[in-house]
Amino acid sequence: MNLVRDRTVQGLTLALGVMLIVSALVPSWIVNQLLFAFSRAIVVLGLLVLWRTRLVSFGHALYFGLGAYTVAMTSRYTGVNDAFALLGAAALLSTVVGFFVGFIIRRYRDIFFAMLNLAFSMILYGILVKTEALGSTDGFTIEQPTFAGIAFEDPSEGKLALLCLLMVVGWAVAVGVQAYLRSTLGRLTTAIGDNEIRVEYLGYSAEHAIHIKYVLSTFLAGLGGGFMALALGQVDPDSMVNWTASGELVFVTILSGPGSVAAPFIGSFVFEILRTYAFEWMPHAWQMIVGGTLLIVIFFMPGGLWGLVSGVAQRLTRRRPAAAAPGAGG
Amino acid sequence: MPPPILDVRNLHKNFGAVTAASNINVSFTAGETVGIIGANGAGKTTFVNMITGYLKPTRGAILYRSREITGLPPRSIARLGICRSFQVSQVFVSLSVLENLLTAVAIASSPGLGMLRPLRRPELIERAERIMERYRIAAFRDQLASELSQGARKLLDIAMAVAGGPKILLLDEPTSGISTEEKQPLMDVVMEALKQDELTILFVEHDMEIVERYVDRVLAFYQGEVICDAPPAEALRDPKVQEFVIGGEYQAGGGHA
Repeated sequence: MNLVRDRTVQGLTLALGVMLIVSALVPSWIVNQLLFAFSRAIVVLGLLVLWRTRLVSFGHALYFGLGAYTVAMTSRYTGVNDAFALLGAAALLSTVVGFFVGFIIRRYRDIFFAMLNLAFSMILYGILVKTEALGSTDGFTIEQPTFAGIAFEDPSEGKLALLCLLMVVGWAVAVGVQAYLRSTLGRLTTAIGDNEIRVEYLGYSAEHAIHIKYVLSTFLAGLGGGFMALALGQVDPDSMVNWTASGELVFVTILSGPGSVAAPFIGSFVFEILRTYAFEWMPHAWQMIVGGTLLIVIFFMPGGLWGLVSGVAQRLTRRRPAAAAPGAGG
Repeated sequence: MPPPILDVRNLHKNFGAVTAASNINVSFTAGETVGIIGANGAGKTTFVNMITGYLKPTRGAILYRSREITGLPPRSIARLGICRSFQVSQVFVSLSVLENLLTAVAIASSPGLGMLRPLRRPELIERAERIMERYRIAAFRDQLASELSQGARKLLDIAMAVAGGPKILLLDEPTSGISTEEKQPLMDVVMEALKQDELTILFVEHDMEIVERYVDRVLAFYQGEVICDAPPAEALRDPKVQEFVIGGEYQAGGGHA
């Protein structure tokens, strides 16, 4: 089946068109929410690829933070301030690091895979906190970027331009991941999760396949981190690299569900809104609301929000022919 | 005499103080069907595991078409043309029967960057469907592998092993876990389907009726050694085989006294 005829790709394309129009009409606080949500969604897309192989990473803030800090440091120390170059550098560095770390990680499964990633991220966290030249605990602020040489004087216009770029890049990576998941290599995500031994005896290295998935996820994490840094206008170790940032990414992955490449975008947006309002209602106990939501998802929605959405859609499409039947008879 | 397709020389395998394989010297010619028999712990599966790369021999050599494959990983050996099925069926339980076979066919026919091509390609689907027909599992095409009966799952496991077009197929107890009445029909389906591929088949089996009916040659194992290598009529009447493998005198047509 051609990718153009893929219903998920068609849906994503339609959503991109609608969102590009809507984003120009919404207030700036929603633009910010969308920036944070979609930046995180790109990272979660990578975690979704791993999750389909039944691998969970508790340390992807390592690559998220690497991406964010690459943007900040490149901007600060080289004077390069174009969003395309900064994001390219963020994605490249995290991919290169992911490629080398992947040689170690690919040999581990289950809790060891999850915790080894966490261990690596904590090393980066420690380095950042202890190094003045890297901003220490305060981090850095980042100047508003240009876009292929175009500078926006009004910060809100700059944010809108960044959101448009983020949505186009988000669409491109989601379509790319969809194509990957439909490929033979991508379909191995489920097969490896089921039975690595069989994959080996069919003539393919499960470790090699996991390495590719891992590097793909680190590319997406770096890219998402880069966008998040530009959206926030600053980086700091606690919100970018600490284990809580990794936990947040896992939370959004579970909330989203692994059913579709569109799920991380819905899940991330819901998470952003949930956290914002939870913080507003209960500034000192907002984690309680977020934690309660996670419990509800785990107990009642194992397929995450996407499972809920697709379940409702299935019920509606099943009802339609039944409703049409009497008319057809008459 | 044609050169052997598989040549096993002086193969040993120790697990600490336990000897699982000792001084195994045996060769196989293309197209023959060999039954591997022995009591539990005799070294049959260890032998299969060494040939297919799951275990590395302590010493000795395995040559496939005169090329040494000793110690190669399973995926490399599978790529060369030696595939296997398992005592406990190894299938992808979350995938449908068609997807299981598509995965097997696609891995075999998509080296390198070909793995990035879509899995559901018409030519692959056609090949997978042909295999399903041959192994009589076409009726379960869209059923999840987890929902299959034991027999159908065995057939899928074997069908996946041959999907890549191997030259040698090792079947590890293809009838284990199958009821007595189902064994023969299952083996009829398997052997009929395999006949079309002109494979060299090595299968581990406990049921002597099955061995007598389907193999050209028998290798009997006892305490890690090959104690008999002969045609079935001769092997099943060998005193050592009767004492250490069958546990009594073998009665033609089934059972033992």
